[in-house]
Amino acid sequence: MKTMSKKQRKMLLRILVAGGIFLPLLVLEIIGVSEAWPWYIALPVHVVPYLIVGYDVLRKAVRNICHGQVFDENFLMCLATVGAIAVQEYPEAVEVMLLFQIGELLQGVAVGKSRRSVSDLMDIRPDYANVERDGELQRIEPGDVQVGEIILVKPGEKIPLDGVVVEGNSNLDTATLTGESLPRPVAAGDELISGCVNMNGALRARVTKPYGESTVARILDLVENASSAKAKSEGFITRFARYYTPAVVVLAVLLAVVPPLFLGDWSTWVRLALTCLVVSCPCALVISVPLTFFAGIGGAARKGILVKGANWLEELAKVQTVVFDKTGTLTSGRFTVTVVHPDHMSEQELLSLAATAECYSDHPISLSLKQAYKKEIDRTRVSSVEELAGRGVCAVIDGKRVLVGNERLMEEQSVTRTPCCHGQHRGTLVHVAVEGVYAGHVEICDELKPDAIDTIRLLRPRKTVLLTGDHATVGEEVAARLGVDEVHCDLLPADKVARVEELLRRKSASSSLAFVGDGINDAPVLSRADVGIAMGALGSDAAIEAADVVLMDDRPSKVATAIRASRRTLRIVRENVVFSLAIKIGVLAAEVVMTIVGRESNMTLAAFADVGVLVLAVLNATRALRVKPAEKIRERKGKTA
Amino acid sequence: MKKTFELEDLDCANCAAKMEAAIRKIGGVKDATVSYIAQKLTLEADDGRFEEILKEVVKVCKAVEPDCTILLK
Repeated sequence: MKTMSKKQRKMLLRILVAGGIFLPLLVLEIIGVSEAWPWYIALPVHVVPYLIVGYDVLRKAVRNICHGQVFDENFLMCLATVGAIAVQEYPEAVEVMLLFQIGELLQGVAVGKSRRSVSDLMDIRPDYANVERDGELQRIEPGDVQVGEIILVKPGEKIPLDGVVVEGNSNLDTATLTGESLPRPVAAGDELISGCVNMNGALRARVTKPYGESTVARILDLVENASSAKAKSEGFITRFARYYTPAVVVLAVLLAVVPPLFLGDWSTWVRLALTCLVVSCPCALVISVPLTFFAGIGGAARKGILVKGANWLEELAKVQTVVFDKTGTLTSGRFTVTVVHPDHMSEQELLSLAATAECYSDHPISLSLKQAYKKEIDRTRVSSVEELAGRGVCAVIDGKRVLVGNERLMEEQSVTRTPCCHGQHRGTLVHVAVEGVYAGHVEICDELKPDAIDTIRLLRPRKTVLLTGDHATVGEEVAARLGVDEVHCDLLPADKVARVEELLRRKSASSSLAFVGDGINDAPVLSRADVGIAMGALGSDAAIEAADVVLMDDRPSKVATAIRASRRTLRIVRENVVFSLAIKIGVLAAEVVMTIVGRESNMTLAAFADVGVLVLAVLNATRALRVKPAEKIRERKGKTA
Repeated sequence: MKKTFELEDLDCANCAAKMEAAIRKIGGVKDATVSYIAQKLTLEADDGRFEEILKEVVKVCKAVEPDCTILLK
């Protein structure tokens, strides 16, 4: 009862009252008493429950006709029931109206319920923030907190705004955002992401973004707007309904008029025509398709997969080619220096040059160099730095021109590198040259993510392609370990767009191509692909903007989960469309056959079929809410095999 | 300008589709979606005339589906 709105409770009451009045009448009809009643008794006693339960349907139908809106379900129901009254089938008119209203009520309750369960899933909206102002703690709206203010987040509270921890240690529960229940430890200096729940320690944090730009506000915005981008099949159903209802009315008129012209027996055929109107209500179709998409998007969001609209869910389901950016997507992006191989200086000197030259860069490789150097970098040694995209940097250190970068940089600057005596390298090589003379190289390794190999396997038989800016030896080695179908190495950011365009030309027209990137530097590719999937969106605004599908954490297996969930959603949509139409056509055909063989058609059966289809379609649609991670599905299949 | 409004008592999916079609016909409306499931109207219209267009939208909705009210925030 709690799940019903006030309006729905009123409707339930009307159904119960009308049903209560109608029940004795139905009994009288079955035992044959009421058949003898003259119309001036039978009509009023049936019209009372009829009006109690259906007055608003009549009112709406009349009003819509006045506004030039004919042919909706209200009109169909009125025509059918008033028609039934006209042919003196009073109990049937009441039954049909009762069933129609019960169906409408059930549908309303089911939709309300799934809407609430989706909004509960996305229950990340913070209600308040504890701000330190004038030496005391104030509880205010997150929207009123200024950047730079200090907020206090107690254990069990939601983090209201993005910020940086200034004091305290705790673990964050990111499950509401990522679907993963692994707690994330935070301490002073760490970034706080709004929407997570603080688990065990009080945290003091400095706010870094206004509420409107905080992660939680952006995600909520994304989820709420997801319903505004409609799927093609949704549009199709709306258009279908526009022609369908008038077509049914025409069919009913033909059934009522044409056969009796030859066969006579007007009332039998009029009854069949009315039955046809009852069974043909398009509600089940019109409601179940968008409801399924909504449930599918909601279910995916609960698993940390944000799909920006029903249309993207459709595209995802068609994906036959998955293109991955390597670094930060399939590999962790956490590089470690494994080999330092200087040519004519000490290892420490080489590292110092490389780390100092890269001191202004945030690239993962630069970070790993700084980490390996261990000491504080003396930035005063650097007088100028020029970043060369896809190649490296050119810096002036202690007055000397230092090049730090890949092989391409060395070739372009015509530095002859001494061949390496260590043979095969597994990682990326960073070469260093001083004043045009080769000084040595540093090897840096990037680890595969734990679920990277599984991801590629789960995506089969889809084609997987790896794109990387790394050298061929590294790229091909990684590709072989992963088992991808295709690999393209030595790519500059612009080359990636060209590669994806080439792959788009090669794929079949009915399939889609997905590009998976970590959102750094690959916005153009994300928008060029049929479906752009950005990973690890916690904190990255650019990724949320550019992508069509956003994975909240950085596990690539979510790509497989997303594709599986989208295919399941579309299968449910198809099931509902086929099932509703088949039942309706089946019932209609049965009624026609019954009429032809001389039995009376049964309008109540038709109404039952209509409501039944509606309820089943709505229940089926809510199945899309449950999204299982792809790897779990595989495990289960493995057990049964 | 793009704005989202909550809808109250939007009872059927078909009505939502009809409202959407009617709103799109209003001059100055760039895009409009009425979601029955989310009970929301998303309206994109010319910045300067937004208030004026919004009034028209409310009027059109009243004509198509008198039970449904747009909550203007």
